Amino acid sequence: MQYKDYYKILGIPRDATKEQIKRAYRKLARKYHPDVSKEPDAEARFKEVNEAHEVLHDPEKRAAYDRLGSGWQAGEEFRPPPGAGTRFYHFEGGPDLGGGNFSDFFEALFGGGLRSGAESMRTRAMDQTARVQIGLEDSYTGGSRTLQLDMPELDDQGRLHSRRKTLRVQIPQGVTEGQQIRLAGQGGTGVGGRAGDLYLEIQFTPHRLYRADGRDVHMTLPVSPWEAALGAMVSVPTLGGPVSLKVPAGSQSGRKLRLKGRGLPGSPPGDQYVTLQIVLPPADTEAVQKAFRDLARVAAFDPRRDSETDHGRTS
Amino acid sequence: MAGPLEIIHGVLLDERTWLDAQELRSLCRLSPESLTEMVEEGLLRPIGAMPQHWRFPSSDLARLRRAIRLQRDLGVNPAGAALALDLIEEVERLRARLRILEREMLGNS
Repeated sequence: MQYKDYYKILGIPRDATKEQIKRAYRKLARKYHPDVSKEPDAEARFKEVNEAHEVLHDPEKRAAYDRLGSGWQAGEEFRPPPGAGTRFYHFEGGPDLGGGNFSDFFEALFGGGLRSGAESMRTRAMDQTARVQIGLEDSYTGGSRTLQLDMPELDDQGRLHSRRKTLRVQIPQGVTEGQQIRLAGQGGTGVGGRAGDLYLEIQFTPHRLYRADGRDVHMTLPVSPWEAALGAMVSVPTLGGPVSLKVPAGSQSGRKLRLKGRGLPGSPPGDQYVTLQIVLPPADTEAVQKAFRDLARVAAFDPRRDSETDHGRTS
Repeated sequence: MAGPLEIIHGVLLDERTWLDAQELRSLCRLSPESLTEMVEEGLLRPIGAMPQHWRFPSSDLARLRRAIRLQRDLGVNPAGAALALDLIEEVERLRARLRILEREMLGNS
């Protein structure tokens, strides 16, 4: 396993005071807390910061860690000294969001420590929260998804391990971004085999066509200038399959049309909003160029008539 | 592993399922005093005037657990957690709107 430099993780010197440790931890916790942060590696970073704080803020654990000496480099191959991990340490709280476990390094040093006064760890820590990414289609149709999660587990000796768990979970139809699903008894396993609950927070993987806003689904639909000008019936993809949409004559780019009830299912179901985007054909042949010139002549159209100012006037 | 996995059905925490104060407290292992404080700080908005009549939409469970994590990990008090939660939710709404608007501005290209 690899040595972890907890001082470096918190960005503090080895002789940092308790107050310095707390300040450094709070600052990094605000930055990387998975409930607050949108940093891509927030969960992993928070876990690391939390672990460093768990060790350094407690004089007993800090002393045990310091006894390893200061000659180690972060990431260096580390073999725990004999007797490490056999003491019982007190833990105040455990990670919940963020993978829900400590590193191998931590477990080797302190893994034996959940017995004395660790009621909060046994109970609270065993409830787990995990974010799961599903497709919008999964929400539309419902159905089951297989997930792999790392789950903390206390063995009979009160030692903390993490175990990879595979679950097949029913995705409720119409679930929206940020909603949670509570799976009773599927969290980490505490003392005496008592299991906590697992909370799955839904996130949608970015979709090629759609963006969800609650149950509403938004998309941009390219249309030709003549479809927008003259009106047309066009085929529009929806989560439930293509539907016909009437583009009203005289539509401009950015016009928003609503397909009622074509969003995510529910009561009421969401709507699909279609934003028109006029796309010009390439004027790369003589015939198309002539057609545009003809249009320019007969339409006598100045799109900047209303936006012209004295300052910007060129002729 | 033997055979296909059994499909687990969870409970969707939305506005259609309701919890009473006792259920909410036991799921979060929270004292009656702490729950009352969370309600007084506006962190949770139950229907029902008296604590024994309180009913919470189950989406409040996710909100409450988040508030508890913020208090534990960031050292904020319930009022601070309530403020942070409101702001986080507002940011999430704005981010969702921004994603849609960016898509509309840039088109599908």
